[in-house]
Amino acid sequence: MYRYIISRILLVFPTLIGAAALVFLLMRLVPGDICLVRLGSGGTSFTQASLATCHAEIGIDRPWILQFLDFLWGLARLDFGKSMWSGKPVIVEIATRFPISLEVAVMATVIAVVIAIPLGTISALKQNTWVDLLVRTFSIAGLATPAFWLGIVSILIVLDVTQAVFGHPWMPPIDYVPLWQDPIRNLSIVMLPALTIGYRYAAVSMRMTRSAMLEVLREDYIRTARAKGLIRRLIINRHALKNALLPVVTVIGIEFAFLIGGLVVTEQVFNLNGIGRLMVLSVQNQDYTLTQALVMVVVTIAVLSNLVVDLLYAWLDPRIRLA
Amino acid sequence: MRAGFTLCAAALTAVLAIAMPASGAEAPKRGGTLTFMIPADAPPSFDGHQEGTFAMLHATAPFYSTLTRVNPENPSSTTDFVCDLCTDMPQPADDGRTYTFKLRDGVKFHDGTPLTSADVKASWESIIHPQEGVLSPRESYYMMVDKVEAPDPATVVFRLKFATTTFLPALADPFTFVYQKEKLEKDPHWYEKNILGSGPFKFVTYETGQSITGVRNPDYHHPGLPYLDGFTGIYAAKQATRLDAIRSDRAAAEFRGLPPSARDELKAALGDKITVQESDWNCGSLVTPNHAKKPFDDVRVRRALTLAVDRWHGVPALSKVADMHTVGGIVFPASPLAATKDELQQLAGFWPDIEKSRAEARRLLKEAGAEGLSFELLNRNVDQPYKYVGTWLVDEWSKVGLKATQRVQPTGPWTDAMRRGDFEVVLQANCRAVPNPILDVQPYLPSSVFTANYGNFEDKDEVALYGKMLHETDPAHQRALMREFEKHSIDTQAHEIWVSWWYRTVPHRSYLKGWKISPSHFINQDLATVWLDR
Repeated sequence: MYRYIISRILLVFPTLIGAAALVFLLMRLVPGDICLVRLGSGGTSFTQASLATCHAEIGIDRPWILQFLDFLWGLARLDFGKSMWSGKPVIVEIATRFPISLEVAVMATVIAVVIAIPLGTISALKQNTWVDLLVRTFSIAGLATPAFWLGIVSILIVLDVTQAVFGHPWMPPIDYVPLWQDPIRNLSIVMLPALTIGYRYAAVSMRMTRSAMLEVLREDYIRTARAKGLIRRLIINRHALKNALLPVVTVIGIEFAFLIGGLVVTEQVFNLNGIGRLMVLSVQNQDYTLTQALVMVVVTIAVLSNLVVDLLYAWLDPRIRLA
Repeated sequence: MRAGFTLCAAALTAVLAIAMPASGAEAPKRGGTLTFMIPADAPPSFDGHQEGTFAMLHATAPFYSTLTRVNPENPSSTTDFVCDLCTDMPQPADDGRTYTFKLRDGVKFHDGTPLTSADVKASWESIIHPQEGVLSPRESYYMMVDKVEAPDPATVVFRLKFATTTFLPALADPFTFVYQKEKLEKDPHWYEKNILGSGPFKFVTYETGQSITGVRNPDYHHPGLPYLDGFTGIYAAKQATRLDAIRSDRAAAEFRGLPPSARDELKAALGDKITVQESDWNCGSLVTPNHAKKPFDDVRVRRALTLAVDRWHGVPALSKVADMHTVGGIVFPASPLAATKDELQQLAGFWPDIEKSRAEARRLLKEAGAEGLSFELLNRNVDQPYKYVGTWLVDEWSKVGLKATQRVQPTGPWTDAMRRGDFEVVLQANCRAVPNPILDVQPYLPSSVFTANYGNFEDKDEVALYGKMLHETDPAHQRALMREFEKHSIDTQAHEIWVSWWYRTVPHRSYLKGWKISPSHFINQDLATVWLDR
């Protein structure tokens, strides 16, 4: 078991180097550079000398191979350098945004799990009844509705309802404060985005829970458990649900990794200063150092969440041996 | 007729500003914190000398002073300049080549250090003659300045290379913050990440990419100002977020400008709780043909492109959905140097009879062997008004048999494509701060003079004409030269295809008072005169 964990952690490094090489290359294949964006977007006149000064200042005038080696050396020391756009250390740029993305991701995951597993299970147990139909409709609507659209609509509903009820429209604050500074304000900011993201996330997990449960409920060992007179609740909780959760856990792991860095539009809709928005900005601005660092963070989270999923497999199904 | 048109423009500006809060009539109330939206993502730095974006300016202008400025009580004027740090607007000496400014007594930076002429000189030197390794996008804007001197702590002297009427408007540029000499000398990049000025508000915090806050400067050099206790600027690039914030009173305004649909939405939701201020905008759309690509090296084809566009009917229609309003030539419509409607109608593309204009366009295309020409319009991935204008132009060109398609690119690749000459025609914008027509038309000069012109042409006659206009100080002669320059640039040679001026619409909460709209989103943003009526 420990050997497995260590080998999986060691595998993170070649994965990171591969991702690093890919993002390094892709960023530089895009036409233009950050200096053109800075100097040229306002339509002001700038000279070749100004452009050269800018290139030298941020180090993109050097050969690619040197830039790549620098990047890898920085990565080895966990020093991502400075953002080419703001000049601030990349670690500061990311650290400022990471807590909000993490908070939304965790809350959305909790909401998704709390909704998906009970409803998915009930839907499977009541297959082809009106309950199943209702749950399926609810989940298909969640799959079909983009989270950003739901976000916009939810804000409008809050505005219209509060205007109708209180006479003046209300919406959550738009300037983020950390949870430990002002929990109520923080939760009022984060709740709507977490709900809108959590709904779509729950829809995916609900469908997965339902189909996995249906499959497991038809297994021989479930029939055996029923035949030997085990009570229904025990059959479902101990034997069926635990086994059915294997694919659900996989989906939850993948979705969680996506939520850190993937909530680009939702973060914009709710004006959340998170990692997804930072990623888009850094790509738009062609801020190589920041984009590279962000990709590294997201890849690391994806790899680690997959590792956690693998470990959960062993816990859920002791037949699985991680070796 | 000219006088009539000018009067109409002036009247229009006045009428459009009717919603201006009557700060003179009402006694301003003190206190309160203004929250406003900044419709952008975080700027690269806080350094006004290096940046050209309002995302920096709206956040930091309240912390700084400038030597002179556009009159905050009359910002829609194109000729009303007043002192900020100086005591009186000077009369030029030495045949118009020397301007001497006396500084106010007792002005202090926010750290308590006195502000002297040495600071003003150091700040202007960093703009006009930047050290190696320091960027200054406005260097060419001040090509008329020879030297800045500080003969004593309260006097600043600007010595010009030649007399020009462009100097005073250029001096009032809102990006020309006065910095502390000591800081600049220790580290010319210090102001990129730090804020230390002498403006109406003192810097408190900056939450990276999210918000900036300031508090009242009790030692501000304009007695009685500012009225507010403080402000918070919140960055939000998404328009829906900003509208929702204003609607729910999480913010009182955003000062850049919103499209007509947003104005209508807020008005419908909030009625008289929303005040709308509108103005012509010192920004306009233009198309640059790449003269290095055939057939755009042929003036007949370039002229056909402009002749095909029906501005007199198209722009009013566009104004319903896009930030556009006024048909004009290359000079800002409210300026004394702007073309009258009669003068404008003599220019290709502005003829009153569009059928005659399009017939001429077809004739020219046929003569040039470019009938049914297919080409690509490079456009920027920005909705307002680039995509609207681009789509409209494609349709207009189709009416003379031209088949244009759009290639829409994000800012970086768009700029890169222009620099590399990888385009046939490109839609651009010319967006300036203080209306200063003779400097504002620099972008129409060939790249040997104005490096950000990507038309790939040389035109000695145009450069010579511009030189004459720049050195001319007599308003009537200057106006005549401007007409010649305009005709040469957008008609005879059609180096540029001027499309239309933008229109600035700022809906804000009615309790926000003392803020007056100007022709530029860069002007009048120090918030010193703003107050909250609640």
